[in-house]
Amino acid sequence: MKYLGLIWAALYRKPIRSVLTFASIFVAFLLFGMLQSVSVAFSQGPEFTGVDRLVVAPKYSIIDDIPLSYRNRIASIAGVEKIAHQSWFGGTYKDPGNFFPRWPVPPREFLEVYSEYALPDEQKQAFINTRTGAIVGKSVADQYGMKVGDKVTLIPDIWQNKDNGPWEFDLVGIFQTPDEEFEGQMFMNYDYFDEYRAFGNGGVGTFVVRISEPDRAAEIAQQIDGMFANSNDETKTSTEKAYNQMFAKQMGDIGFIMTSILSAVFFTILLLTGNTMSQAIRERIPELAILKTLGFSNLSVLLIVLAEAMLISLVAALPGLGLAGLALPAIGQVSPFLGGAELSSIVIVQGIALSLLLGLIAGAPPAIKAMRLNIVDALGEH
Amino acid sequence: MADNLIKIDRVSKTYERGEMQIPVLSELSLDIARGEFLALMGPSGSGKTTLLNLIGGLDKPTSGAITVGSERIDQLSQSALAKWRSRNVGFVFQFYNLLPVLTAQKNVELPLLLTSLSGSERRKRALAALAIVGLSDRAGHRPNELSGGQEQRVAIARAIVSDPTLLVCDEPTGDLDRATADEILDLLRLLNSEHGKTIVMVTHDPKAADHANHSLHLDKGKLVSEDAAA
Ligand SMILES: Nc1ncnc2c1ncn2[C@@H]1O[C@H](COP(=O)(O)OP(=O)(O)O)[C@@H](O)[C@H]1O
Ligand SMILES: [Mg+2]
Repeated sequence: MKYLGLIWAALYRKPIRSVLTFASIFVAFLLFGMLQSVSVAFSQGPEFTGVDRLVVAPKYSIIDDIPLSYRNRIASIAGVEKIAHQSWFGGTYKDPGNFFPRWPVPPREFLEVYSEYALPDEQKQAFINTRTGAIVGKSVADQYGMKVGDKVTLIPDIWQNKDNGPWEFDLVGIFQTPDEEFEGQMFMNYDYFDEYRAFGNGGVGTFVVRISEPDRAAEIAQQIDGMFANSNDETKTSTEKAYNQMFAKQMGDIGFIMTSILSAVFFTILLLTGNTMSQAIRERIPELAILKTLGFSNLSVLLIVLAEAMLISLVAALPGLGLAGLALPAIGQVSPFLGGAELSSIVIVQGIALSLLLGLIAGAPPAIKAMRLNIVDALGEH
Repeated sequence: MADNLIKIDRVSKTYERGEMQIPVLSELSLDIARGEFLALMGPSGSGKTTLLNLIGGLDKPTSGAITVGSERIDQLSQSALAKWRSRNVGFVFQFYNLLPVLTAQKNVELPLLLTSLSGSERRKRALAALAIVGLSDRAGHRPNELSGGQEQRVAIARAIVSDPTLLVCDEPTGDLDRATADEILDLLRLLNSEHGKTIVMVTHDPKAADHANHSLHLDKGKLVSEDAAA
């Protein structure tokens, strides 16, 4: 550690270059922190362990809908245990940046199919019995300071109501899910939604079906789709997992493009910076020869140079990662898709490791050169 | 009877540059007494620096034996030689060779980083060495804020800070004007007479050689004459 002063002082040799190097590494790791977190968010599509739920969607497009009247016919199929449905509401809560999915659902059936959504019994009953009732996940409630008894007003975009005004719901419950990710949603009573909307009545977005024997999922799915083949509203049934994977893949493709671009930028910066750092050390080789003259061993010269490169890299990378950590939630406010992105400890550890590696790679060639340096030759170069 | 600090016995040095062999010193023998202030003179390219580097343990002879104190330094490994240098030799060069980013005091402290001394002890010793060379008031200055003579004084302070027996100086006044050069030479003489340093100094300058106790002349890698000075 007593060499720290020596290492640190070297940064003052060419302050402007040090500042630029510092800034590049800072930016590179700001990017790294953000793109890693974002790609984590994109690859983190909901994980379902069970395949005991099937999603019945319109065959051709997710913006079509399916007649509610299919419900009883699907329910009649052997192996179908419970059935619910959900529709995309959209809308705006106070500010367009306040993004969380909102779905009109049939309360009782929905909570039966999604039995892992936990809320107190009286809230469950209230949701079932309140025409204008709605529930939100705990994370939504926490984020927007909502509590049971509040009125939640939504400005519609797709679903205008019969009065052409805002929709008002009564918050009657707050649910929790084993995986916090699913708490970022709001559900409201479908009956009220369907009666009060200006058009589209009697349709639903998707049915969600709970089956008793997951092994028969494929067979049941075929049976459902077969039932509506050649109708006006054909269906495509898949396991919830497959449906989500399809959905996640479309998201993932966006993520991949983004990651590719940012990676290219990141590695270009690293390359340039690494080169500058190498050069900065190479210029100091005569000084390193002096250290050797004074009796510093080859190994300590090697370590001093490596430590210096790694220190610069680390000290610049940390604030970069830090700023990424601060910026991500802000970006999440603006871009709903990235709402879940945050700087995880894995990304921080990766970033630190990468910065040390950068220092190591940039420092190794000059460090080895310094180590092998012949004092007599180096001193003779005046 | 002379108490010899340095014993050079039939030392040859040949540089190899790829295919080329450059013989510089051949079968040179020389004893240097403890407490000596010796000036090594001779034309450019005669091998003065080469000999000095061998004495200071910066390089090893191609053949022959070099004993300093009780150590056969030609037989030490590179790392043992580095350690030996740090304890036994102080170096002064023509171009001072200070680290530009460090203050005078930090430059002087450098050799002490290799010891187990505490930070405050290192600082104390560096300031003491700066006091000996008369630069106590410049401890916080960087080399580019010092004159050439002052830089050389800092370099001398660095050379003596770990209290070595031997100082090797390669043209220590070669880059200085007459007056400043004389100050440096007086300082070296003081270190020799008052602090008991054995000094081997390479120089071009006959006046510089006058400050020494003895001078030796080197020509084409051989000692040609031995002049006793006043
Ligand atoms: N590191 C080296 N590699 C090859 N040749 C060298 C090296 N150092 C010195 N020489 C050669 O050795 C000879 C003596 O050099 P040197 O000892 O520096 O002489 P002086 O100090 O008396 O001017 C010169 O011909 C020089 O070119
Ligand atoms: Mg020379």
